[in-house]
Parts: sequence; C-alpha cells; structure tokens
Amino acid sequence: MLSDEERLEIEEEIGRYAQERAASVEALMSVQRRRGWVDDETLGEVASMLGMSFDELDGVATFYNLIFRSPVGKNVILLCDTISCMVMGYETILAHLEEKLGIRLGQTTADGLFTLLPVPCLGACERSPVMMVGEKLFPGLTPERVDEILREHGWRG
Amino acid sequence: MAGIAEKPLTGNLRLDGEAPDIKEYEGRGGYEALRKALKTAPSEIQKEVKEANLRGRGGAGFNTGLKWSFVPMGEDAPRPKYLIANADEMEPGTFKDRLLLERNPHLVIEGMIIASFAIEADAAFVFLRWEYALAAKRMRKAIAEAYGKGYLGRDILGSGFGLEMRVHVSAGRYICGEETALLNALEGRRAIPRSKPPFPQTSGLWGMPTVVNNVETLSNVPPIISGGAEWYKGLSRSEDGGTKLYGVSGRVRRPGLWELPMGTSAREILEEHAGGMADGFRFRCLIPGGASTEFICEEGLDVKMDFDSVRKAGSRLGTGTMIVLDQSVCPVAALYNIERFFAQESCGWCTPCREGLPWVARLIKAIEDGAGEPGDIEVLLEHTDSLWMGKTYCALAPGAMEPLKSGLDIFREDFERHINEKGCPWKKDRRRRDA
Repeated sequence: MLSDEERLEIEEEIGRYAQERAASVEALMSVQRRRGWVDDETLGEVASMLGMSFDELDGVATFYNLIFRSPVGKNVILLCDTISCMVMGYETILAHLEEKLGIRLGQTTADGLFTLLPVPCLGACERSPVMMVGEKLFPGLTPERVDEILREHGWRG
Repeated sequence: MAGIAEKPLTGNLRLDGEAPDIKEYEGRGGYEALRKALKTAPSEIQKEVKEANLRGRGGAGFNTGLKWSFVPMGEDAPRPKYLIANADEMEPGTFKDRLLLERNPHLVIEGMIIASFAIEADAAFVFLRWEYALAAKRMRKAIAEAYGKGYLGRDILGSGFGLEMRVHVSAGRYICGEETALLNALEGRRAIPRSKPPFPQTSGLWGMPTVVNNVETLSNVPPIISGGAEWYKGLSRSEDGGTKLYGVSGRVRRPGLWELPMGTSAREILEEHAGGMADGFRFRCLIPGGASTEFICEEGLDVKMDFDSVRKAGSRLGTGTMIVLDQSVCPVAALYNIERFFAQESCGWCTPCREGLPWVARLIKAIEDGAGEPGDIEVLLEHTDSLWMGKTYCALAPGAMEPLKSGLDIFREDFERHINEKGCPWKKDRRRRDA
C-alpha cells in the first residue's frame, strides 16, 4: 500500500504536468527512494494514479536501468564498466569487489547491505575508474580505496 | 588562468569546485546577457546565434541558430512551446556537461532563458541523468535563486516575457539523449525515438513546438549575446565559432577537461594539455569524440578538432572528449566493451539494432575468447553495412558501427591473430608475465 506521504508526493508531481503519465518516472522514484525498489502491488497503485494500465507503467519502469523491479540491498553500488574505465582497469576493481563482498554482478550480499550493479559511463572519465554508492560518486578507485568505501558503508570484512 | 574573455564557459569557475551562487555570478557580469537579450527582438537573437556559427555540442554539430529558426513564431504559433536542455550526458568517455552543470549552473540557466526567449518558449526543462545527483542539487538551487531574482517566472525583468523552468531527473538510459526519445521519456512513455519528420521544432513535446539543445551548446548563448557574433567567431581557430570543452581520458599524464579555441589540434590537446602518455604506456590510437566515433592514429593527430576538419579526416568531432587507447589494451577487448554498451543500450524498437548489435557484441567476444573462426571478420563487416545510416530508426546503431568499421580496418591484424592463435595475445602475455 502506498503511504499517505508517497501518495501526496506523487499527486504533487502529477499536478505539474498537463498529462498524468508524464509523472511516471518521478512517481516510481518517489516509491523507490523510500523502499529501495518497486514491487508489483505498489506499481499497480501508482499506475492507477497515473491513469495507466499496470503493463504500460511496467513498460516504462523496466525501460530504465535504475528503476529496480526486484529487491536491492541497502547500498546499491554502481560500477562503471565502460570504455574509459576499462582502459583504466575497472576489471581489477570488479574482481576485488566480487571477492570482498562474495557476490557477482547483479547480486546482493546475504546481509542485505550491498547490491553490485554495472552502470554505463558515469561521465567522470578523467577520474577513472569510478563507481557510485547510493547517490555519491567515488572516483580514482584502487582496491585499497574500495575497502575504505565499503567500510564507510558498514562492511565489516 | 585565462579570464572569461578567452574562456567564456569556464573562465569564471571557482577554484574550490563549488558553484558560484547567483550574487557571485551576477558580480562577474552574469545575467547581463539576458538583460540585453530581452531588449532585442527574438528574430535578431536567432540571427546573431546563427551568424556566430555555434554548432550543436551534443555531437551532431548542427547550426544552433538555424535549428531554432524552424520554430513557428508570432501570435499564430501553437502554444505552449518548449525548450529542453539535454543534460542526459551518457556518451562513453564524455564528461563535459557535468562540469558546466555542477560548477556553472547559472550560465546554463541564463543560456536556457535566452534560448527560450529567442523561440518564445513558455516552459523549459533540464533533462538530467539520475547519476548526476550533485548537478541536480546545484541546478535546482540555482533555478530557485533565478526565480527569486525575477529571471524566471512571469514577466521577466518587466519584459512581458515569462518562463517556467524545472529539472526532470531521468532514470538511466543512453537512448534518452536522442532528442525524440527524450521527448517520449518526458511524456512518461518508453523512450523510443520518434520518426522524423515532423521535427521537434514543429511537433515536439506533447505535439507542441520544441527545441532540444545540449548543455554546452546553451552555455555558449550568453557569451554570444554579450560579445556578439564577430567576437565569438574570433575565439575559434576554425570556421566553427567559439571555444570547445575538450577532454582526454585514458593512460595520459593529466587526464582532464579544458576549454580551448575550437579547432585546437588533437596533438596539442593530447601532448600539451593532457601532458602526453603516462610513464610506461605507449600511444596506440584515440577515439576523438565519445565511443561512437572512428579511431584516429598517430598520423592523424594533427587534425584540427572542429566538426568539418574531423569529418574530412574520416571521423567525427562528436562530443570532443577523447579516449586514448594505449598499447597495453587489447583493441578487440576494447571494441567488445564499446559494442556491448551499444547492444545493452539499444531501445529495442527497430530490428536491425535490437538483433544486430547483440550479434556483433557476441561475435567480438567469441574472437576475444579464442572461439573466433575464419569468416567472422567478414560477418562483422557485413553488419557495418546493414546497421548503417538509413537502415535503422535512429543514429544509435550507425554510431555503434563507426568505431567498429574503423577498428576492423586499423586492427585487422589483431583480429586475425586472435582467430589464428585461438585466443587473446594480450591475455597470453599477461599470463606469461604473471607466471
């Protein structure tokens, strides 16, 4: 069930546009900000607020890389795997992350603390390799730096 | 540090990395161009920008004033009209708009207001990728400040012209940077490109006249209005007006971004500004303007980095941010990385792109992994034709074919070695060293 707060925020977004569906991404993000991901039941509720069918809104949601339709961990790690970061050795960083967290790309740690995902070019190529944790960008990665960042986010390895 | 007269986009950046607030921006002459513009006829502004030969910095290089001139004007024009700043920067290797959005937000906003005035737009959007969270924060703050000072809202500075502006944060998809896909995204639809014509200038957002301009393009508008077309053209070393944000990433001494005269040579950018190759790394070739452009090798480095010169040299200026490949990088693996990106980011709407790009990516991966067969190179070459301009709905797949086409040419021997030796020579070298 959508909370009153979520409902209000979505209504406010809808109010900014001539057509309700224009608020699709903002509405889905409103939900995701609070819950980490968007489940079927909530997506259905949002769809009816936007005057869309479930499938129409799901079509929009699944179009995007960053709207999550399955559960993710508390911290989502987005590791850039594109060309400049490849030249600068992102593969070493990926192997390090996978080893330390004990998961592969696309997976979540058993304690629910981290989800590891690839992301296209983060537009910080002069500081490659780079990743984001949540909304924060971490440039100039080395294995040592990655350990520090993980610890800052509650990792106890 | 050169001042704003030589570097209109970055000459007034704060050295601490923060964005100037509106007071500081005004103190350095900010919003004076807007004041001047509001006393000028929109058609005159269009003319000035056209004469300045400002060409679209998103990569297409279309004359900006000319792009605006297709918008229906005057009392009979359909309303509302829209102006959109394309801030969905996601071309691999490109990191120029981030700088403007994070560190000079008022310049972007002032450019957007003047552009909106020039096409008589009623509302403006900043279409921003989610990952640029700091830019979202700073742009929203700057927009609020601009409203507070009366540069946005109704009757701006008593001119009778009004404009509403807001930030739309997208949710990550490369195709949203294609201008008609962007319109579908803003309308809350799957972001597939639309067929053209009609062009957005006559039928864009919700079917209304709309102009979509790149962030760097819009940032050039205030200086053109302040300094005039002649001055602006004088900043350049080529026919294209103004300066350009050039970037270099890869194994160079000083990866970075510099505002330089349009037409600065690739060699000067690479050697003087980026400091040449980092110790222990040898230059192989570079991609001049984001992943969807052809490779340039040593003998091509003297090319002037402007739209026409790079085109004549067989590549594209694109976004002007170069990716340097050094000898330690396997070119087949690099091409796999690039083609995998395009395959993943294909919107899936048209068949050649949806089916062809994954095929290309899988085939290159097979070659890289030692499972390549004689004839594979020919199959890849076939795709550079069947996914070329005119055979797909938008420019994504042709863009993906540009590096592949030139890569198959200049790295032909490397591809053949992978196939003949049933594996990647670079990987074998590494294994030998590790052992």
